[in-house]
Amino acid sequence: MTEIFGVPTQALMGQLMIGLVNGSFYAMLSLGLAVIFGMLNVVNFAHGAFYMMGAFFSWMLLNYFGVNYWWSLLLAPVGVALVGIVIEKTMLRWLYQLDHLYGLLLTFGIALIIEGIFRDQYGVSGQPYDLPEIFKGAFDLGFMMLPKYRAWVVVACLSVCLATWFVIERTRLGSYLRAGTENPKLAQAFGINVPLMVTLTYAFGVGLAGLAGVLAAPVYQVSPLMGSNIIIVVFAVVVIGGMGSILGAILTGLALGLIEGLTKVFYPEASATVVFVIMAIVLLIRPAGLFGREK
Amino acid sequence: MNAVPKTQTQTQTQTQTQTQTQTQTQTATALHVANLHAYYGESHILHGVSFEVKRGELITLLGRNGAGRTTTLKAILGLTGKRSGSIKINGNEAIGLASHKIARLGIGYCPEERGIFSSLSCEENLMLLPMVGKNGMSVDEIYSMFPNLKERRSSQGTRLSGGEQQMLAMARILRTGADILLLDEITEGLAPVIVQTLGRVIRELKAKGFTIIMVEQNFRFAAPLADRHYVMEHGKIAAVVEKHELAAKTAMLHEFLGV
Repeated sequence: MTEIFGVPTQALMGQLMIGLVNGSFYAMLSLGLAVIFGMLNVVNFAHGAFYMMGAFFSWMLLNYFGVNYWWSLLLAPVGVALVGIVIEKTMLRWLYQLDHLYGLLLTFGIALIIEGIFRDQYGVSGQPYDLPEIFKGAFDLGFMMLPKYRAWVVVACLSVCLATWFVIERTRLGSYLRAGTENPKLAQAFGINVPLMVTLTYAFGVGLAGLAGVLAAPVYQVSPLMGSNIIIVVFAVVVIGGMGSILGAILTGLALGLIEGLTKVFYPEASATVVFVIMAIVLLIRPAGLFGREK
Repeated sequence: MNAVPKTQTQTQTQTQTQTQTQTQTQTATALHVANLHAYYGESHILHGVSFEVKRGELITLLGRNGAGRTTTLKAILGLTGKRSGSIKINGNEAIGLASHKIARLGIGYCPEERGIFSSLSCEENLMLLPMVGKNGMSVDEIYSMFPNLKERRSSQGTRLSGGEQQMLAMARILRTGADILLLDEITEGLAPVIVQTLGRVIRELKAKGFTIIMVEQNFRFAAPLADRHYVMEHGKIAAVVEKHELAAKTAMLHEFLGV
């Protein structure tokens, strides 16, 4: 068997693949956080809870209503987005004038409540979500086995991220969003309905988290804790990439997933902390993040 | 479920037709500000500003820094904090409206800092503003009025020179069909050649029937253009000078403006 630096190629590739899958989720979640932070000035601590909610909605749709995976991909994120709209309209709206800290505290509280509700109903042990038939099995690439579902997750996440980037950077709607992010008061004085944009942005951001949750359901166990497990890493990703940078969020998410994967191969003890070590270094050298603009 | 949105649309169409007939029938007054008070947080900035601008008129708000001229424009647009009094735009009361709805009554705003968005290209800046009236200039007309903007259409908005940014800030409100223009210090910091061009543009717009409210530091620029000058002091209108009184009241104006 071939080896790279004393590690079998199979194992290396396998870990890189897992890293890429994790990185895809990081990218999608940090993208939503970046968009929300840009427009609302709120650090959405409830993002992990919405991700978990997406996974649970998808599990509930399958187990209570017999709705299949494909419909879940559409319905669960829409459900999460609707919850997001209610929260934005009834609670977050009142905090925009205040310091970031208040939004962070409120969303942190919301995260605990959502997590608490699901914990109360389903306990902390995870529920399995069966893979759809079409994704069972793996492609044999010769040098490694590529599970079909993991390939799908990476393709789906990257497509959604790129589509989001395209809409924001290249379309009319995106120019409204960029203008609203840069100077909301002026954009509104020009006749753009900024309050509506803000609500839709929050709905879209948490909807992305919900979609990531649906995609993650068959990979990880559907558990009330899955959100808080991933969200801390995602925040580190956002800090490294630079708050509010769209492309930064996507690229950093993928890169850190891969770095985590590599660390698991070469020095497993550090795999859980490597992201935070990188975060500390980046904060020392470029406090605005790798892709962020200094203010 | 279905009936409700339908009736809503119907009433909306009705109000729209009403607004249109209002705009058509009321001819005289484009903007009527009465007893306008405005605050930034706790500080009371405007203390009962009143003035009236007829359709097609050009007026200026003069005064020293801090007299409340910019705040008057911002208060009209709903960009200050709390405000009270009355602001009638094309006959519609705007004091209780959200700022994006005020713009849609037919207001175009060119802010003092020009307000060019750096995350948008020149052309995206131009196309950003939603239409607020029917007779907006076409992009071709705008590019023939401001040829520089066409050349630099794909440049980042804030990479444009100061003069180009000012042209862009003007151009984008002309595209929207707004018939009342609020222009804040458009000549500030620009080379004399560009100030001359702006003077030509303003004259052209006035001839086309736009109603224009200018806040201007450059009195020599504003004097020959305006029908009337309002001098502001301490958040109030302190004096009104008609065009034909200019020569007689120059001494008084100089005292107010401290020039």
